[in-house]
Amino acid sequence: MATVSFLDATRVYPGADHPAVDKLNLEIGDGEFMVLVGPSGCGKSTSLRMLAGLEEVNAGKITIGDRDVTDLPPKDRDIAMVFQNYALYPHMTVADNMGFALKMAGVPKAERDQRVLEAAHLLGLETFLARKPKALSGGQRQRVAMGRAIVRQPQVFLMDEPLSNLDAKLRVSTRTQIAALQTRLGVTTVYVTHDQVEAMTMGDRVAVLKDGLLQQVDSPLTLYDQPANLFVAGFIGSPAMNLITGQVVEGGVKVGDYTVPVPRDVLAKVTDEKTLVLGIRPEAFKIATEGIGLDVDVVEETGADAYVYGTLSGLTDDEKLNAPQIVARVSARTPPQRGTTVRLAPSDPSNMHVFSEKTQERLSA
Amino acid sequence: MVYKGRVPRFLSSRPDSRLIPLPWELPLTEWPIEHLVALPRGISRHVVRFIKVGSSVYAAKEVIESLAIHEYRMLTDLHRTDTPAVEPLAVVTGRIDPDGLPLDPVLITRHLEFSLPYRSLFAQGVRPDTVGRLLDAMVVLLARLHLVGFLWGDVSLSNILFRRDAGEFAAYLVDAETAEMHETLTNGQREHDLTIATTNLYGEFSDLEAGQMLDASLDPQKLVESILTRYRELWAELTGAEEFSGQEVFRIENRVRRLNALGFDVAELAIDTSSDGSKIRIQPKVVDAGHHTRRLLRLTGLDVEEHQARRLLNDLDTFRARTNQSQVDEPVVAHQWLTECFQPVVTAVPPELRGKRESAQIYHEVLDYRWYASQREQREVPLLDATHGYIHDVLQRLPDEAMTDTKDIGDERQLANPYDPSQGFVDDEGPMPVDPWETAADDEPTSAPGFLDIDALRARRR
Repeated sequence: MATVSFLDATRVYPGADHPAVDKLNLEIGDGEFMVLVGPSGCGKSTSLRMLAGLEEVNAGKITIGDRDVTDLPPKDRDIAMVFQNYALYPHMTVADNMGFALKMAGVPKAERDQRVLEAAHLLGLETFLARKPKALSGGQRQRVAMGRAIVRQPQVFLMDEPLSNLDAKLRVSTRTQIAALQTRLGVTTVYVTHDQVEAMTMGDRVAVLKDGLLQQVDSPLTLYDQPANLFVAGFIGSPAMNLITGQVVEGGVKVGDYTVPVPRDVLAKVTDEKTLVLGIRPEAFKIATEGIGLDVDVVEETGADAYVYGTLSGLTDDEKLNAPQIVARVSARTPPQRGTTVRLAPSDPSNMHVFSEKTQERLSA
Repeated sequence: MVYKGRVPRFLSSRPDSRLIPLPWELPLTEWPIEHLVALPRGISRHVVRFIKVGSSVYAAKEVIESLAIHEYRMLTDLHRTDTPAVEPLAVVTGRIDPDGLPLDPVLITRHLEFSLPYRSLFAQGVRPDTVGRLLDAMVVLLARLHLVGFLWGDVSLSNILFRRDAGEFAAYLVDAETAEMHETLTNGQREHDLTIATTNLYGEFSDLEAGQMLDASLDPQKLVESILTRYRELWAELTGAEEFSGQEVFRIENRVRRLNALGFDVAELAIDTSSDGSKIRIQPKVVDAGHHTRRLLRLTGLDVEEHQARRLLNDLDTFRARTNQSQVDEPVVAHQWLTECFQPVVTAVPPELRGKRESAQIYHEVLDYRWYASQREQREVPLLDATHGYIHDVLQRLPDEAMTDTKDIGDERQLANPYDPSQGFVDDEGPMPVDPWETAADDEPTSAPGFLDIDALRARRR
């Protein structure tokens, strides 16, 4: 068991004008499931490869437990990497498919068998050990691949998009299984994905990266409820948070003909900005008599809820072309009709986020 | 959602219109066999089938859309940089089954003629030194990929096709799902590929061992260790800096010759001299594979593999010496050689035997045959006599390799599905045991993967 620390860890690719990973500071607790998430090129895979010892650390350091591993070769770091691709070998039993890397590492047979049995027990695969893998389902194959990493009993698991080649249904069930398994094993895990839904449903904490810089690291709910900046606000959540720019006026921010009330202490932080960005999640809107006007384009009913899609009302046709789409979740019992205009107000002022357009940072508490 | 009335879309830069009427509304596993050919191939996680239209054969792989398009682009990039890989043809998206449900897209690549997947080579029995040649070919492929900035991410024998190349092999990349293209690769990225290569190949050799297809004298452990040594030696030769005294300028020429012998041309060599001229440091900056291939192509128009090209060029040099034409322009002699030596051998092969070996490979094997025959008979055996002897004694007995059928590859075990080796063999294992996890997963409602159910998340964390 071990903690993992990135301390100002930096990676600059030769010839690149900015670092792929820029002074990353991240503390991963013992037994914690940490997800690194961000769009392509954000530095998440590079960070993982730095931890694995596959990518040089140009500045700063990385520790596992109390060992500085910055300059250690991969094999001396006591980590196991689960790759996105794996093959099951048809002539070998499930047990041999799980234990072959131990054999490569020179672990004696008795110990190999013991570790494979333990892993199979955890994975619900005991009754399959003596079989050949040919008839295994996609999910079972995925678990055998997990088993390969588990039998190595590492201090840290590293997972690089392990679900990216699975179909949608299998991806959903496998992510639940991996998270449950990690909780039972209690092994520190660093998991990389580009998919924020995967990150939010799996991680104890989630680190959001962009352009090599750590944007925010927090529990999934804190990321959702208190995004630190506009990037995190827009990246986390689906449907995404509505980000609406408005004019700063006395007592609030004016969007169209309506002034959304903003607490005085938040407005007091604004010095030289004329506009601010309001962030309101779809479920934080309610239909009200006074509020932001929305021209309803589409209404999508999903069970008890309905999602209303539209654009701000009162815009010219040209403005409409570039206006962001606004989404609100309302009760499906009385959804508005297409083509009508409704008024939306935040259902609870504490669920509204205010961001500076200039610094992109969060202003509200 | 119902998609009725939508038709599949083809993303392709070189479309083959004969593909359009194929039954795209069916999952590949349900395609009628009239469209399929059973060819040997590696194991794969996805559904892969070889499909036949007219005389062309294509490999079709069912895979999620983002990966299909990504792989299509990666393979296109490799083709652009002239790196050996299968040729991408199209991605078929927007497939809808008869019930209106969407099907995964299909990536179509051209089947590589005369290619040999490692499993079919091993099923026929492979001599220990041949395994070394296969690994050499793989290492050359990996180095060539790394030179163009290609991080493979899934190096394995299953993802390589081999072609005979004189006495050696040439390796082609088949699977680029996990690949990334970079300006240049870092040492860490290359090590990443090597780590994956050793793990995957250890597994693959262990599997061959378990199937009694690996010669008992070979040890999977030693084989994978040799990959690292071979790769590092080659990489050092291709990219490493060399320093020597100002008196040893000939070492520049030596380095270039060594690289040529490995099949590489030096397009750019950095040469630094110390201010007093006492020390010289050289480092290849740009090297291009295919030194002999390009030279032969320029002289004769023949497009063959690297070792074949070297053998043919040697024969061309011998021809020039034997016919006393050292003063004649090389392209002129090359043309004579082509019409007097190469073409007569190739046309002597009866059409029904041409599917057994490629022309250049036949020529190489005829030269070998002639050398042995001349030794035996203590005289110079004429080329055409040797050709007829070779056809009679050797070629007739060889299996067809242009397109090997799975049932011809001599595996004593029967495949569960001849169109899909990933499904393993027909065994008499009993019914599947109950899997507690799958039973539990079936009971759980699954939400759409792109949707974040925040209420469920809140409830769970509370």
